[in-house]
Amino acid sequence: MEKRVVFQSKWLPYALLAPQIVVTVIFFFWPAAQAVYYSFLVQDAFGTSSQFVWFQNFTELFHDGRYVESFKVTVLFSTLVAVSGLAISLLLATAADRVVRGAMAYKTLLIWPYAVAPAIAGVLWAFLFAPSIGIVTYLLKKMGIDWNWIINSEQAMLLVVIAAVWKQISYNFLFFLAGLQSIPRALMEAAAIDGASPTRRFWTIVFPLLSPTTFFLLVVNIVYAFFDTFGVIDATTQGGPAASTQILVYKVYHDGVKAADLGSSSAQSVILMLIVITLTVVQFRFVEKKVQY
Amino acid sequence: MIRKALLAALSLAAATAVQAQTEIQFWHSMGGALGDKVGELATKFNATQNQYKVVATYKGSYSESMTAAIAAYRAGNAPHILQVFEVGTATMMAAKGAIIPVAKVMKDADEPFDPKVYLPTVAGYYTDTKGNMLSFPFNSSTVVFYVNKDAFKKAGLDPNKAPKTWKEFLAAADKLKAAGQSCVYTSGWPSWMHVENFSAWHNVPIGTKENGMASLDSEFQINSPLHVRHVAMLGDMAKKGLFTYAGRGNQAEAKFGSGECAMLTSSSGAQANIKRNAKFEWSVNFIPYHDDVKGAPQNSIIGGASLWTMGGKTNNAYKGVAKFFAYLSRPEVQMDWHTSTGYVPITQAAYEMTRKSGYYDKNPGADIAVKQLTNKPPTSNSKGLRFGNFVQGREAIEEEMEGVFSGKKDAKAAMDEAVKRGNEILRKFEAANKG
Amino acid sequence: MVENRPVLRFFQHLILIVGVIIVAFPLYVTFVASTLTYDQIVTVPMPLLPGDQLWANYSQVLTAGSQKGSSAPVSAMLVNSFIVAIGVALGKISISIISAFAIVYFRFPGRTFFFWMIFVTLMLPIEVRIIPTFKVASDLGLLDSYAGLTLPLIASATATFLFRQFFLTIPDELAEAARIDGAGPLRFFWDVVVPLSKTNMAALFVILFIHGWNQYLWPLLITGQESMYTVVIGIKRMIAGGDASNEWNLIMATAILALLPPALVVVLMQKWFVKGLVDTEK
Repeated sequence: MEKRVVFQSKWLPYALLAPQIVVTVIFFFWPAAQAVYYSFLVQDAFGTSSQFVWFQNFTELFHDGRYVESFKVTVLFSTLVAVSGLAISLLLATAADRVVRGAMAYKTLLIWPYAVAPAIAGVLWAFLFAPSIGIVTYLLKKMGIDWNWIINSEQAMLLVVIAAVWKQISYNFLFFLAGLQSIPRALMEAAAIDGASPTRRFWTIVFPLLSPTTFFLLVVNIVYAFFDTFGVIDATTQGGPAASTQILVYKVYHDGVKAADLGSSSAQSVILMLIVITLTVVQFRFVEKKVQY
Repeated sequence: MIRKALLAALSLAAATAVQAQTEIQFWHSMGGALGDKVGELATKFNATQNQYKVVATYKGSYSESMTAAIAAYRAGNAPHILQVFEVGTATMMAAKGAIIPVAKVMKDADEPFDPKVYLPTVAGYYTDTKGNMLSFPFNSSTVVFYVNKDAFKKAGLDPNKAPKTWKEFLAAADKLKAAGQSCVYTSGWPSWMHVENFSAWHNVPIGTKENGMASLDSEFQINSPLHVRHVAMLGDMAKKGLFTYAGRGNQAEAKFGSGECAMLTSSSGAQANIKRNAKFEWSVNFIPYHDDVKGAPQNSIIGGASLWTMGGKTNNAYKGVAKFFAYLSRPEVQMDWHTSTGYVPITQAAYEMTRKSGYYDKNPGADIAVKQLTNKPPTSNSKGLRFGNFVQGREAIEEEMEGVFSGKKDAKAAMDEAVKRGNEILRKFEAANKG
Repeated sequence: MVENRPVLRFFQHLILIVGVIIVAFPLYVTFVASTLTYDQIVTVPMPLLPGDQLWANYSQVLTAGSQKGSSAPVSAMLVNSFIVAIGVALGKISISIISAFAIVYFRFPGRTFFFWMIFVTLMLPIEVRIIPTFKVASDLGLLDSYAGLTLPLIASATATFLFRQFFLTIPDELAEAARIDGAGPLRFFWDVVVPLSKTNMAALFVILFIHGWNQYLWPLLITGQESMYTVVIGIKRMIAGGDASNEWNLIMATAILALLPPALVVVLMQKWFVKGLVDTEK
């Protein structure tokens, strides 16, 4: 898409672009280039000695069982967050779409968690599920479930997934609701006259029509689970126990900041950047398609 | 005329005196009340002289403040003094040029300095094999064994006889469990307690080359039959519900303080908190040992942090740093620090002074840490440890231990894996620091 | 409505009510915890009705922080959070509206190049380049400063993308008319484009304010001094260690204070918020 009518100036467009370009170069391209450069180095913490090692940091990563493990954790975590988050939000949105009375109130009461910082969401849920004083822990113990995510890796994963999904429901909900409300009523009515049950109507008409929204949300949720959940994890499990909740972005931070292993951390950043760029391309393709119809 | 000149000279002198006050930046990681205490130390030192002004700044957790200092060093504005946790010792030491050994700082500044006045297990941790002190021991603690006396009484055990050996410990644990204690035993700092201090206490090496203190090419030796047996015992206790794992930090201390757990091994620094929270009688004791190991118990080792002098500053500033360290070593300053924070005193004189003041009679258990640290003269297995990137190394050990505690791994496989992973980290550190 | 089955309607309300309760439960417990004493919280189970420490806890954290972790007052942190959130929102909106204007309304050499330069940053979050970015900020002397807290976060293309999409929908006739009147591009920008973009700006402001307020990893690294903490970092710093040794009553009071401003923004500016969300992702 291009404008037919444009203005002419030799310098103005550059001047208008300058602030954004400057900020982007300083805080985006320059650090990204440095990450690439560091990924070829082995350095001590203070940078007093450093050696150029070509791809050693990368080959070490792929031979490192724990990095592969972190990949698996990330995939499991993202899948759980995306699938359960989408399912719950879709259920709520379908219910809200049909409700006449109180629709606005429900909406307001469901969207506020969007405003909660991931780190704070982590703190809230960690408190509810705290191994000795948590109120949910207490209820679970009453039900005979021994809850201690400090040592039980499945429970730790469950905790971070709950906290991450809780925060993302509102976002998914809004998009599903918007999607549902754009489905023509006539279509539904016709199907109802044909005698299709509400469940059948949902699966044969609504769900297929929602698929662009669902696909879009899937990508957004995966990106969310990959990166924005850093705060959730840092405020709850910090990647433990035994690295069972250490997603890739947490490992970048951990290895670079806590363990002061800049080379390996940078190599991981480079790999993550490649993953994001792939996701971006997928997203762009999708946007283009959506524009076409 | 003369009077005027004299006045001018005087005011000039006064002005230079004010100007000549050199600021000494001191970054630390002591939050809350401890942070206030550090601020007080700086203020009191500043009042003793007028040439130097120590500015103490809280910079977040140990790893955060170390990251900040590394970045600041790379950008050319590191602080003069940086508080670094014990696991960062090797990283700091290997950074040639980035740090200056304390022994050198003191010598260059002509400050009287005798390494022998410091407690050997405290100073030894931060001293190289030639006897040069590298960093100044600041806040040191060790692991001790806490017992809930009320719970012991309830279980029909003698509340004044805490288990001395792991055998006695197991017997007591069974009785506590039988008496309905929901959490029998928990522990903070699993690697520090059950691997590092465990090794020193039984006089066995954690790694070759004097626990890594002699050179960078050391290797871990924590998969010995004794280590495996001990970790297996803990795993077994976890399975039977006798040991409740509470995480890698100090979380366990809260479980003891609330009365949930009857026995605890954790930092001696936990006493102040337990005193505040516990609504029951409790005692502080030596950590248990396996009585079939020859020479046990030896002595325990410290944890905590020390103060490093960063490189690239003026000689004048280093004189101020030396003066500050000398001030911190004074017995009365140490006694105040020891009694108000619970960290162990770093000099023999401060310990004697505190003892004579009657503090330990009023606060039974407060001297257990020092007694345990000085139980026997330290050997090469028990004076400390220095492994490259031990932040990661300790994590690898703890991850493997968690595998055992959760019943997913057997002790032998876990400790073998811990050694393998630990050695990889050591080799990487060696490679990064050879240039 | 297609049908009017009371049973179905009942289930719809039931699902929504259960949803609302589950979503609100953590907030409720947090609020209750923020009104209790320390001793009440560590009793198992903790009370589920508000206590009488509301004033005591909130005034404690606002003026003096916590006693065991960071002792920086939360009121100062809230001010920092406001400055950062508003700085990020306004900074992003202003630099991106002008760059989008340049890209849409001008033809100039290098246009495609700059376009891609900006858009390649669209989805690359700061987390993946965090360490080199930290070094850059430290080299520029931006540690512990508002500039350091905000500048790196305004380097993102989301807002530019939104404005570009919007500008493309502005009828060409408007620009044509402006040209005939002899109005230059800047005049056109101020008199036509900016007023037309007001709704978009408001919508973006809501999203970006929340985005700025909720930043975690970046402020965590770049702030060393307590005086520069934002409230999200402040909470993290109050959590010193274990379960019960944390002053959960104070932490929870701080959590409420930290989530209230953005939550209010969302609820009160709901219309713009929803528009902002749906538009930014189109």
